Parts: sequence; C-alpha cells; structure tokens
Amino acid sequence: MDFDLSEEQQLLKDSLGRLLADRGSFEQRQKHQSEADGWSRALWARYAELGLLGLPFEERHGGLGAGPVETMVAMEAFGRALALEPYLAAVVLGGGLIRHAGSEAQKSALVPRIADGSLILAFAHGERQARYELADVATTAKKDGTGWALDGEKGVVLHGDSADKLIVSARVSGKRRDREGIGLFLVDSNASGVTRRGYPTADGLRAAEIGFSSVKLSADAALGGPGHALPAIERVVDEAIAALAAESVGVMAVMHEMTVEYLKTRKQFGTTIGSFQVLQHRAVDMLVALEQARSMAMFATMMASEEDAAERQKAMAAAKVQIGRSGKLVGQQAIQLHGGIGMTNEYKVGHYFKRMTMIDTLFGPAEHHLSRLARTDGLVEA
Amino acid sequence: MDLRFTPEEIAFRDEVRAFFKASVPEVVRRKMRESRSLAKEDLVAWQRILHKRGWATPHWPVEWGGTGWSPTQQYLFMDEMQQAPAPPPLQFGVNMLGPVLIAFGNEKQKRHFLPRIANIDDWWCQGFSEPGSGSDLASLRTSARRDGDHYVVNGQKTWTTLAQYADWIFCLVRTNTQAKKQEGISFLLIDMKSKGVTVRPIVTIDGGREINEVFFDDVRVPVENLVGEENKGWDYAKFLLGNERVGIARVGVSKERIRRLKQLAALERDGDRPMIEDERFRERIAQVEVELKALEMTQLRVVAAERNRKDKRPDPASSILKIKGSEIQQAVTELALELVGPYAMPAPEEPDEFSNEPPIGPDWAGTVAPTYFNWRKTSIYGGSNEIQKNIIAKAILGL
Repeated sequence: MDFDLSEEQQLLKDSLGRLLADRGSFEQRQKHQSEADGWSRALWARYAELGLLGLPFEERHGGLGAGPVETMVAMEAFGRALALEPYLAAVVLGGGLIRHAGSEAQKSALVPRIADGSLILAFAHGERQARYELADVATTAKKDGTGWALDGEKGVVLHGDSADKLIVSARVSGKRRDREGIGLFLVDSNASGVTRRGYPTADGLRAAEIGFSSVKLSADAALGGPGHALPAIERVVDEAIAALAAESVGVMAVMHEMTVEYLKTRKQFGTTIGSFQVLQHRAVDMLVALEQARSMAMFATMMASEEDAAERQKAMAAAKVQIGRSGKLVGQQAIQLHGGIGMTNEYKVGHYFKRMTMIDTLFGPAEHHLSRLARTDGLVEA
Repeated sequence: MDLRFTPEEIAFRDEVRAFFKASVPEVVRRKMRESRSLAKEDLVAWQRILHKRGWATPHWPVEWGGTGWSPTQQYLFMDEMQQAPAPPPLQFGVNMLGPVLIAFGNEKQKRHFLPRIANIDDWWCQGFSEPGSGSDLASLRTSARRDGDHYVVNGQKTWTTLAQYADWIFCLVRTNTQAKKQEGISFLLIDMKSKGVTVRPIVTIDGGREINEVFFDDVRVPVENLVGEENKGWDYAKFLLGNERVGIARVGVSKERIRRLKQLAALERDGDRPMIEDERFRERIAQVEVELKALEMTQLRVVAAERNRKDKRPDPASSILKIKGSEIQQAVTELALELVGPYAMPAPEEPDEFSNEPPIGPDWAGTVAPTYFNWRKTSIYGGSNEIQKNIIAKAILGL
C-alpha cells in the first residue's frame, strides 16, 4: 500500500503544473476560448512535447507506456487549470478505443499521430434517446460492397467540432439496446455525408451534434470485430470516469482553496468572515467532501486497469456517485460562501462550479450510478 | 502509487483472520453480531486470549509488549478484529492510559501497571468529563489538594464508561486554581476502592447501563500516583486524545454491520419479496457503501502517511475520520431501523437467560431500536463532531 508518486510521476506533475501556471491562467483561458477551435493549439503542442498525449499507449506503438496513475496526475492538473483542450476526448476516449479495440496496424498508424498532437480524435457515441445507456445505439452501419454505409445522429460529442477523425459506434445487427451487434468505425470528419454542428458547452468547452447520412466507409474503417464492441466501449468509459474523478479533484481543490482564502480576507461586521463558526464548519464540510472524493479518485485509478469488468464497473459507479455528491456540495458552497462575487462571470470560482456540474453529467450523474451500483451485489459482499 | 496490499501484508491479514475465526469465543461473536452488551467476564476472557497470543497491545513499544508491526499491519489487525466481529482490548487501559504511562510515567508505574493493563488484571476507566466540563474539558473543577504525601481529591466525574467494573480510574484533576485553566491540571491514578469514591449508574436512552457518575469525597491518593509532572496533565490528555486516531473511523465495524444488514434484508419480507429486492432500500445501502469505501481509502491514506511522519502530533486528518466514521455508523443503524419495520416498536426486555418466552417479532429485532438510540453517541464522544470541525478549521484550514 503506497500512495506516493514515483519520481517520474512527480516530475510529470511538477512540469505540467508549471506549464499550466504559466500558460493556462484564467485570463489566458478566456483568450483560448475565442480561438478557432475554442482551445489552444499552442498549448496542445506543449502537451505533446511533455509526452502527455502519448501517455497511455504502449511504447512499441509510439506511446510512453504509462498507466492510470499518470492519467490521474495529468487530469487533476487539468482540473486545477480548468483546461479547455480535448485531452479527455482525444487521448482518454479516442486513444482508449484505439488501445482496446484497434488492430496492430491501426495502433501503429494512429498512435504516433495522437502522441505528436497532429491527430485529434473524438468519440461519437451518445444518442438522444440513449441518455446514459451505453448499449443503446440506433445509428446503423450496413454492409455496402466490401465496406460499410453509416446512418444516424450522435449528440453532445465532446470536441466533435475540432476532431480530425471520429470514432463512431453503430449497430451492425440486433435491436436498439442489445449488447451484441455494436461496431466501432473510424470516420474522417470531413467525409461526404458527415454534418457537424459545433457549439460551446455550459462549462466553456466544446461539443458537436453530428449527423451521418449514407457515409461510405472502407472495410478497414472498422475498429476490432464489428458487432462485439460494447465491452471495449464500457472499458474506455470506465477509464474516462476514473480520469474525470481525478479532474474533479483538481476542480474541487481549487474551489475549496479559493473559498478558504476568501473567508480569510473578506471583512464584514469589522472582522474577517472566516472568524464566524458557521462559515468555518461549512468550509470543513467542503474539505471532508473533497478528501472523500480524492480517496475515491484514487480507488477509481487503482481499479481502472481491473480486468474483471463487473468489479471495475462497480468501482466506477461508486466513484461517480462520490464525485457527484462531493462536487455538488463543494461547488454550491463555494458559490454560497463567496456571496455576490461568486455569481459573477468575471470571477473564476463560478467557472469551476460549472465544470464540476458538467463532470457530474458526463457518463451519467450520481443518481444514475447509484441505481446501477444498487443493482449489483454492492461493495461490501454479503 | 500502488494501492494494493503486498503479498506479505495479505499473508499477515490471512493469519490474523484465521486467528480471529478460531479464537473469538462464540458467545462474544454472537453478542457482537446481535448488538448485545458484553459481560465483564466476556471482555476479560477475550482480552486474555489476545494477550496470550501477544496481540493485546500491538501498538506499544516492543520492550513493553508491543508487536513492532507497521502501521499497515496494525490497520489490518484492527480491521479484521472489527469484522470478526470481536471487541478491541479494553481501550481505557490499552489505548489511553498505556501510551501515556509509556511516554510520561515513571519506571515504577510502568513496571507495575503496564503488564496488568495488557492482561486486564486491572480494569481502568477514564475520569475526564465533568457535569460542567464537556467540550470545554479544560474548565474541569475536580480538585486535588496536596496534604503531606497524599492528594485529597474532591469533585465529580461523569459519562464514565463501565466504571461499575473498574478497579482504577485515571483522572484529570485541578492542582492549581490560580494558573490559566490548562496549566493547573494534573493526571492522577486513583484506586476505585479508595474511601470516598462513589459510582452511580446513568441509564442511557436505549436502557443501557454503560455510563456512570463517579463522586470523590475527600479521597486520599498517594502522590506516587501522579503521572509525570504536577500541572502538566493537560499535555498528557491531549496526547491521549490524539492517540485515538488509529481505528477511530471503525470502518471494519461498519463493514460487518452492512454485511449483516444485507443478510437480514434477504430474510425479512415485504409482501411477496424480501426487503433486499426493494430498489430504494438497495440504493440507500449502496449510498452508505460508497461513503464507507471512500472512508476506507481515506483511512489508508492516513495510515500510509503515518510511516512518513516525523513528529508525533495527531494527524488533523484523523478528525475527518471521526466525523465521517460516526456518520456512517449512525446511517447503518438507521437502515437497520427501517428494515425491522413495525418490530422496532416493542421495548427491549430485560435479558433473562432462563426465560422460555420466545422473542417478540424477528429474533434480531430487540436490539435494533436500542442500537439506533445508543449509537447517537458516536458523534458526541471522543470530541463531538462539532469540536472536530473546530479543530480542522483551525489546524488544517488556518481559520
């Protein structure tokens, strides 16, 4: 049992921390939002230089061979900096699907380009009727000569507007919610028949609604065997939940630090408001919630590489419940304790609150995962 | 970062697990599982079994009978004991007084008392709280006036757990009324058989008889029973309270309770189906399990940090463990109350070994409401949760 980072992991944390303190300030974040992609290509290039974009891939494919702990370190730093860049979309989700479903040839072709920053991936999976049910896929891929023809609509595709390639889930057989019959396809964003409508999300990042109308794909566009992709999708979403848990710890930690600092400096009734016990206890409630979330993010990190899918999914459901609950408490109290200033768009705490709120929504909020967990045998075996 | 236990640690865990499985007397295990109070002889017999194995005082220095275990091993031992379930060795001696004597007692006190604590030859109780001194402990008024080679003690202690069994009490007493309130307190060991000591039971809301008032009326205590220096007792008390950190979250206790709750929920029926199939009830259990898992990880973080800590001051994170640990324990008692349903109603009967009357309702129902009532104490004792929040606000947040 060891909670310490290795020397390399600490180095990664320090160098990323320095880069983001230098280049990822709140003021710069607002500038980056107004760039063409809604995020900074320059910063993305620096991530590539640091090796961040190749972290989870095997060395023989051009990656760094790092594991969930390195992803945790990176995501927590992104959370602290409220990063705009498509790390989750391109590296964790897109890269994860390549890792778990791609062929050797696909990995060798794509991983070097992900790692050097020249290829942005997005995962086009969610559909409006599916809500958070991963098996619910109505988009279809039909045999078309030696290849495939893709038809359907995907919603809230993270960074789908700036992605070069989309990894699209589509049904090759079966009914809408069947576990079998789902395939993954690599689709060029500019392919004929693909329509994209990009938009900013409530937390200042980007997403897109994407339509596919008789999009022609060659046979080698399929990732893995078409029809059996759901386990890979579930696994990658689990990895994304672990990553989001780490990001949320960074987000919550900043909200808590800002709030405590504010309590120490804001004066009313002739004294700092942090001298009032009711506010002290609220700040402690926030700390307890943060530390519980941090513990669960570590647990999720540990379980992210678990091969037993049922155990892994229980852990991720539990983590999502905890970060959702903790995030709501920390976020709402951060706004409340800042008072009026916390409500203003020019002050940063509200932007952290918005990111935290959207993290809860991603892949299903706490309530969704609580009922998922409740359908299993739970965390304490009877 | 590797959050798995090492193969050595897992082997150790299996060893203690096997020991508990084989060695906890059935009557003790059953009473623990059924939330019934243990008799003095149950507790003494069990602690002597532990002591014989060399495990009654694992965290003491090896020269005084400790095991030399790592913090992780101590954690695993505690966790397994709680899940067995088995009671810990009498905490007033083993966890509270023992470490104080080891740190601040003189050689004679250590040689005399420590082996007797380990083998529970003396039953110790704790004389800290007073009617006017709860959270503001340093305001205590029980006085000890020097008279030749004795102190003469007058005053009253309260909430004294299991004083009815006690041979000795360690007390905080005021030896200087002129000094600042923290600086006039001494740490005194008092024989409960001394003339002028009176114990009066306090019945708690669950009908239980675990706490007492203890009165001191001109009790003469030899000066050799002073621990450390006169008027330094507050420092020793802070040391003692800080030592409670290992195990205070009682994660193993809550695990065992949840496990039992699920087993009972599979038996209790609501109409055509067992309660365990009720979706809403399952979600409420799952919610507590999530918080417990997070707390377990938080506790392991504190345990791991202990290895790297240079100073011996209590880790402020232990206050988080106390708050969350008590909330979770209480939440589990609420779930049990919900599960037992209408048979929470009958008031508990006096235990009677010879009665032929069958129990009213399910045979496990009788202790459910009393346990719910009784466990409200967990957020009050050991420094109330509000005091813990004051500590965190000051020590961690700097407010």
